[in-house]
Amino acid sequence: MTEVPRLVARDRPELILGDHGLCPGCGEPVALRILLEVLEELDIVRRSIGVVGHGCYGSFVQIMDVEVLQCLHGRAPSCATGIKRVRPDTVVFTMQGDGDMVNEGLQEVLHTAARGENVTCILLNNGVFGDTGGHQTATTVVGQRTKTSLDGRNPETHGYPIPVADLVASLAGVSYVARGAVSTAGGVARTKRMLQTAFEHQLAGDGFGLVEILTMCPTGWFVPAGSGPDYLTGSLEAAYPLGELSLRERA
Amino acid sequence: MTSTAPARQLLDGCAAITESAIAAGCRFFAGYPMSPFTGLLENMSRRLPEVGGHCLNAESELEAVNMALGAAAAGARAATGSCGQGLALMQEAIAELALNELPLLVVNMARNQQDYFQATRGGGWGDYRTITLAPKDVPEAVEHTQLLFHLADRYRAPVILYGDPLIAQTHVSVDVAARDFDPLPPKDWALDGTSGGTGHSRQIWTWAMGKVSAPGPGPDRHWRAVAAKFDQIAHDEARSEAYRIDGAETVIVAFGSAALFAEHVVDELREDGHRIGLFRPVTLWPFPAADLAAATRDARRVLVFELNAGQMLDDVRQFAHDRDTVRFIGGVSIHASGLSYGPLLDVAPIRSRILEAVA
Repeated sequence: MTEVPRLVARDRPELILGDHGLCPGCGEPVALRILLEVLEELDIVRRSIGVVGHGCYGSFVQIMDVEVLQCLHGRAPSCATGIKRVRPDTVVFTMQGDGDMVNEGLQEVLHTAARGENVTCILLNNGVFGDTGGHQTATTVVGQRTKTSLDGRNPETHGYPIPVADLVASLAGVSYVARGAVSTAGGVARTKRMLQTAFEHQLAGDGFGLVEILTMCPTGWFVPAGSGPDYLTGSLEAAYPLGELSLRERA
Repeated sequence: MTSTAPARQLLDGCAAITESAIAAGCRFFAGYPMSPFTGLLENMSRRLPEVGGHCLNAESELEAVNMALGAAAAGARAATGSCGQGLALMQEAIAELALNELPLLVVNMARNQQDYFQATRGGGWGDYRTITLAPKDVPEAVEHTQLLFHLADRYRAPVILYGDPLIAQTHVSVDVAARDFDPLPPKDWALDGTSGGTGHSRQIWTWAMGKVSAPGPGPDRHWRAVAAKFDQIAHDEARSEAYRIDGAETVIVAFGSAALFAEHVVDELREDGHRIGLFRPVTLWPFPAADLAAATRDARRVLVFELNAGQMLDDVRQFAHDRDTVRFIGGVSIHASGLSYGPLLDVAPIRSRILEAVA
């Protein structure tokens, strides 16, 4: 007698229309999946609009069954501002990499947070420009090897990384800031709860929310695909502690 | 085009354009202060909240134009602006708007006429153009504002209103009521969230890849289609004005405020017996090529007067009936403040440069 396997989880949410096409071991599809699960579970799929950056994110635009504006590098929070102001009943989120949000778009995310725009920004932080092949970004941690810092990031020549979530948390007008990681099963579950909380704040009209998600980029890190999670724990996670960040009190 | 309700008011150009935009349904504006555009931002920030709209004092021109892009993507009639220096920063987003087919009014309240190349050639990437209207005075700026919103929606493209300090700051009695245009197709492409989860959720992307479940044309086919659309606009939307052109041996070509001054000089010289007329491109792009060729067919000389080192001159040379008859009588002339025209924009110097060329 053959045992009938019991379904313990869906292979993938219905909102994912096809294969992501990204590199083996990439953490970003995991983050996308939990984001889409949260939209489903909060029953806000039919009122959500995503604003997505360039690079690897072009893949997501084609497989996520959510309305999407693909915007210029760095500008997603500004575009999200325009959308949310004219359609206040929609749920508006951005999904950006660290090169997008912290290099080219640092001004946009900080000012959008300071204005208290009622949108949710999601940073997928892997410490490199993954799409271009592993180049240094503003969040590359000290010692991390990239194609433009081959011997590791050296503060004397490359400067220090920018902890954008800490900067955002220091601004009035912000309702929620948290940092998760998708390198472990527990981390995925905790990060999903952070996303849920962030969207609940938006639904309550509380103001700007940011969820930073540390993701693996084994291709850009020059490590074997299977070593990505361990490398993340020893590098990015050591520099960017996980959890909800305490916020500045509003005046 | 007819007025639906008279609403004549004494307004400066910035206030008049603001009222005209609101009458046309504009409910979103974002900008960064810069003279002489600042007055438009001030008026929008005061008036838009009164009609349920939004005006954001953005922290840069980059953010202003991308905020407006977002509002346009969500289906709002939206606008932004600056002077040419600020529009330089906006070029990437203007190209993006053209290539992902979003309508937006961009007001260049320019300091002078040195932004002709910027408006007609653009500084972004890809095969795109921007419909650009250059009003000669405030009443025409009011009319053009509404026409541009209509054309932007009709063609799903960014458009430029090319103003200047005289238009920004001159007080005129104008009718700012909503004008009637042909009906527009519904904005069924605009993002409102409702198509999520249907397998055909809306997507706005310059690459037009679509979803894996419903593939789009992709960049090659999409950009060919966009280029073909601009060819069609070039064919259909060129506008110009010929003034006292009958029997003219000398045809002046000028746009915007320069054309207003040139018009006065033409009147003076006609009274003195000169056979002279004025050709004014109303759309800088599409350039009214066929109209210019017709207007210069019998001319012995074509004199280009513009307040720059000779930018429109390229188009006039390209499209005049006989390019050997074209001469440049304009020039760079900047006020000591750097913020407006210098002394060349006046009747006496224009008249003397024409007489010198005619002699």
